Amino acid sequence: MEGQAKGFQGSSRQFLANSQLRSNLRHATSTIRNKRYQVTGEVDDWEYLRERGREIKDYSLAHLDQLLSQLEDSISNKGGKVHFAVNAKQANEIIYSIVQTHQVKELVKVKSLTTDEIELNRFLEDKGIHPLETDLAELIVQLANDKPSHILVPAIHKNRSEIRELFEKTIASGRHLGQTPAEIAEASRLYLREKFLSAKVAISGVNFAVAETGTICVVESEGNGRMCITLPEVLISVMGIEKVIPTMEDLGVMLELLPRSSTGERMNPYTSMWSGLYPDNDGPKEFHLVVLDNGRTKVLRDPSSRATLRCIRCSACLNVCPVYERVGGHAYDSVYPGPIGAILSPQLFGPSRSGTLPWASTLCGACYEVCPVKIDIPSILVHQREQMINKAVAPRGEQVLFRVMAVVLSSPILYGVSKSIIRSMARYPRIVKALAPMVPMASQWVTTREVPDIPSRNWGDDLGRHGEEHG
Amino acid sequence: MVFGLVEVQCTDQPRCEVTVSDRTSLFISCFNDFFYPQTIEAATRVLRHLDVEVSIVEGQTCCGQIHYNTGYADMAVPLVRAFIDRFKDFDAIVSISGSCTAMVREQYRRLALRTHDQKLINAAEELSKRIFEFTDYITKVLGIESTGSYFPHRVTYHPTCHSLRSLNIYQSAVNLLKNVEGLELVELPNAEQCCGFGGTFSVKNEPVSSAMLFDKMANIEKTGAEILVALDNSCLMHIGGGLKKINSGISVMHIAEILASGLDGGSS
Ligand code: SF4
Repeated sequence: MEGQAKGFQGSSRQFLANSQLRSNLRHATSTIRNKRYQVTGEVDDWEYLRERGREIKDYSLAHLDQLLSQLEDSISNKGGKVHFAVNAKQANEIIYSIVQTHQVKELVKVKSLTTDEIELNRFLEDKGIHPLETDLAELIVQLANDKPSHILVPAIHKNRSEIRELFEKTIASGRHLGQTPAEIAEASRLYLREKFLSAKVAISGVNFAVAETGTICVVESEGNGRMCITLPEVLISVMGIEKVIPTMEDLGVMLELLPRSSTGERMNPYTSMWSGLYPDNDGPKEFHLVVLDNGRTKVLRDPSSRATLRCIRCSACLNVCPVYERVGGHAYDSVYPGPIGAILSPQLFGPSRSGTLPWASTLCGACYEVCPVKIDIPSILVHQREQMINKAVAPRGEQVLFRVMAVVLSSPILYGVSKSIIRSMARYPRIVKALAPMVPMASQWVTTREVPDIPSRNWGDDLGRHGEEHG
Repeated sequence: MVFGLVEVQCTDQPRCEVTVSDRTSLFISCFNDFFYPQTIEAATRVLRHLDVEVSIVEGQTCCGQIHYNTGYADMAVPLVRAFIDRFKDFDAIVSISGSCTAMVREQYRRLALRTHDQKLINAAEELSKRIFEFTDYITKVLGIESTGSYFPHRVTYHPTCHSLRSLNIYQSAVNLLKNVEGLELVELPNAEQCCGFGGTFSVKNEPVSSAMLFDKMANIEKTGAEILVALDNSCLMHIGGGLKKINSGISVMHIAEILASGLDGGSS
């Protein structure tokens, strides 16, 4: 299995060994998990809502061309400007050219996975512009020179004391911070307030874009996003093409699904919405929406994987995933970790970067059960496994083994022969146990699990009547 | 013997239109055929005790789950065809593996579609309504909640992922276990979390699988049970192998073996 020792298999091993990480993750995911369970349980028609969510997203994906041009019209009519980017490079360049006209060296950002996907921060840094993350968790990750490990809680792998130490070394250097979360958060608040007031340009993500009205919706917990969106003169929002939905009524459904699924709250503290510019009021004087494809239309073309694009990035699937809970987000080596990452990343980033991810799951189905837009993640995982095998991700030895197994299992005669071989092994249990650690596939297995006893007899010896073929 | 159409009360309506007759076969799964003959015998004994003239049709091999799940779906197609051919004449197919049941119910039609063979597609669709997991068959098709078994032990139940989430049959097993005389059923903490087996997952991502296994075992040990029961021997091989390795003293059993205890001519 050498071919796959890299990728998820290699990195997960490294993160598994970090017991602090595992205990942080277990604590954090189980807390959110329980909250989600409670608040979804109190909605009578939760299953109906999920079905509505699925419908809305499926409808939108089926009418993307129409909805996107409607969105463009709605926003342009209200003074905003919409740009379409085919790939990451184009998106970055569009954003840079807007920033450049305003000649700033620093800008403020509110958490946006899509900009992480296109590696906007690195792009801007290379051009001498510092994008400052203002979401608390993103700020922590940025200050630590780290990478996000969770869609919603990017610093989930860090605990309170780690964060306090980090702040004392960076934004609150020279000061001694207290023990409570409030005191630690206060340090970031002081630091960020000043930045908000001086920043001229802001960049945000998008949770939903309503085609009918041109309304952009951003959902957050801290209020830092709202400051980004309202204080600077220029606002640039970045979204994937799949974020568009038809109407405000649809938005209502999504806003019921999202907070309950993601943070386990009935409603999130801050929901900001704006439609173009508001010349007579305050708020930005210039608004740009960058709409990104970056492989999404390719996903759309595959009927077996298309549902991946329904995702509203709530992260419920991460919080219930037993694999994610053990290894954390970094093991996936993608901005999209966990179950959604395991299906989305290989489609967006290809087999060489994310090819092992579809196997990073036991197919236990916990993700599908919680997904607010009913993405059948296990089925897509299996489909992606097949896609990756077609793209030669699986080791040759494995492919040969499965071919041989298929032949044996399809032939009752060969099947019978292999059964007799197994039966004869039962006569030498000691040898079987001694040899097991040397068999390539079994060697690791038996380090933590005893080799099963092999029965020496066939079924039926013990039954009064058996095996009559129906006739 | 039970004949004729029975009224079956269950939520997933279309799957329950089945005639209980003597044209019932056990699907034993290759895995059990190779490694767990006692489970096959126990299941047969329980069903016969409940007046089901179950047979075990010859020539059955594998449902194709291993291939399908690992990403070799095309290789699973001939297995689908063979399975349908073997079982097409039976009114009901009773499976002693939750995950194999889910494979046939949920994936067969999809796999048959690849062949563009309309006859096969129809047969797959039809067959998916006639396969039942063992405990589901007893409680929903036969409508029996108590098998008259006797098993004086402290037992905890791990609902395997497929039985819990794909088949939705958590309650079937629990009800049957509760009605076993002498059996004390203790709840398993965090029961719904996967044990970490996942077929080839436990080979490809063995360290993660082990990490999940250790947590599962810690929870099993907390219950103070003597025996862990489940509906799938594959998960049980993984958990049982782990429990043995740490010398926990807790053994694992397929539910059919527990239900066969204390029946006429039964073991234990
Ligand atoms: S796949 Fe579903 S559960 Fe996972 S993040 Fe997306 S919407 Fe949420």
